[in-house]
Amino acid sequence: MIKAEWFYWLVGAVFLAMAAQMAVDRTNPKRLGSAAFWGLLGGCFFYSSWVVEKKAPAEPLGVAVLAMVCLGGFQLTGRGVPRTTTPEQRAASAARLGSKLFVPALTIPLVAVVCASAVKHWHIGGEPVLEAGSETILGLGFGAIVGLLVGMAVVRERRPAVPLHAGRSLLESMGWALLLPQLLAVLGSIFQEAGVGTQVGKITEQVLPEGQKYVAVAVYCVGMALFTVIMGNAFAAFPVMTAAIGWPVLIQQMHGDAPVVLAVGMLAGFCGTLVTPMAANFNLVPAALLELKDQYGPIKAQIPTAGALLVCNIAIISLFAF
Amino acid sequence: MIVLLGVLVVILGFATRRNPLLVVGVAGIATGLLAKLSPQEILAAFGNGFASSRSVTIFVITLPVIGLLERHGLQEQARTLIGRLGKLTTGRFLALYLLLRQLTAALGLTSIGGPAQSVRPMVAPMAEGAAERRHGPLPERVRERVRSYSASADTVGLFFGEDCFLAIGSILLITGFVNTTYHTHLEPLQLALWAIPTAVCAFLIHGFRLLRLDRSLDHDFAASGGRSAAEGSRTAEEAK
Repeated sequence: MIKAEWFYWLVGAVFLAMAAQMAVDRTNPKRLGSAAFWGLLGGCFFYSSWVVEKKAPAEPLGVAVLAMVCLGGFQLTGRGVPRTTTPEQRAASAARLGSKLFVPALTIPLVAVVCASAVKHWHIGGEPVLEAGSETILGLGFGAIVGLLVGMAVVRERRPAVPLHAGRSLLESMGWALLLPQLLAVLGSIFQEAGVGTQVGKITEQVLPEGQKYVAVAVYCVGMALFTVIMGNAFAAFPVMTAAIGWPVLIQQMHGDAPVVLAVGMLAGFCGTLVTPMAANFNLVPAALLELKDQYGPIKAQIPTAGALLVCNIAIISLFAF
Repeated sequence: MIVLLGVLVVILGFATRRNPLLVVGVAGIATGLLAKLSPQEILAAFGNGFASSRSVTIFVITLPVIGLLERHGLQEQARTLIGRLGKLTTGRFLALYLLLRQLTAALGLTSIGGPAQSVRPMVAPMAEGAAERRHGPLPERVRERVRSYSASADTVGLFFGEDCFLAIGSILLITGFVNTTYHTHLEPLQLALWAIPTAVCAFLIHGFRLLRLDRSLDHDFAASGGRSAAEGSRTAEEAK
């Protein structure tokens, strides 16, 4: 049986290899900080396996996460000068390879979908080939490996260091922001443990009339959107609002269909992401890249759509979940 | 009730524009302390939270492929391909881009677009070009609007396309959170299917608004037409 943890080790190994490249990259003014950040991240991917199996204490991992927060938060990471091709070389290569260039990129989702639908049902000696419940994650991993092999064949590249370098450039340009979604998920789980969801739930229970499922749906969706506006990320709002209303009220008490409630609830949160400057990477970064005088230009273009979609999400849960 | 102060930390942190990593880190520690967790328990919460949310970050495994293809002109080829659709109005072009962005994101190709990869180099220039073909040189205010709408087409397309793909962070986050917290078993596929109705609504609503942009640009030009025409003739005078 192929286990999901093996794939996490592969991701960890990629981080460690890129960290090693960063440590010796003299074009990066903060090479040691960068190497420490990504190296720690890689190491954490390995150590997490034992934490998940409860064979190792979680505290050292917490220390490492806080160390990464400090490295990224105090701007101790940087980026090197990417070793890449010139625009002329790229134009020539695009003209030569044409739309064959899209094939490796399309291979990734194709393999992922095949793994999640077909390979999922394969068995060898009574055991599933892919670890049950992790078929999608493993599919993405196989997709990336197959896509890389296809890609190297299409562009006739033999040295594995070249894609690794290219991937590292993208990683460095994303920087510490890459850790933020995972950290927001961590914050969500701490909120959960500290009972923030239960508190919000208590407040809503006092406000919410008993048995009014449409009101409850609206409160869940609007709450997801508002919390997302505050936190800048639907990932962080999701555990809070789901623990407050989504699970106890909509699913347990009113017997709503869990996949509908949760999937659409998350999308209600995305409506909040569209209108908040806190979601800097989606709203402020494009304004900066497009050299807009009004940094809220994209948000203004998105507000009416976000409002209308929030209403749609409330309607979709109301119609299909009960 | 006091644990809600943790939420306040996040609001204040972002409002004062601190680094988001620090804001989230401090809010986590503060919330833990307010909930009377011991320092060890807080560290363990950070550790356990990280370990169980690793799936959010695994897309990194696709970066070497994307990087390799970009080295060999993936973006240039995309530009060539989209360039063949050049004879469109601003609104129709952006609505088409919205559709393409949603469909590719639904296939998991979330990194094909994006403000840096596609909007700045391709989508916004083409949207502006389409408006210029129709109206002539764009006043600053109109240019800003066209660019803002270009960014919005990308973001809306991404948000309401990606959840139809199974292996995306948010879907994995939902299953990860619910399956561990409530000891149930949800499949990513069920969730991805229920993202489709919203995706359709998003396309209809934002697509309609993008198509309406053409009309409102006409209106903007009628309003500022006299002035920009005057500016145009003055420049022509100066050119002589």
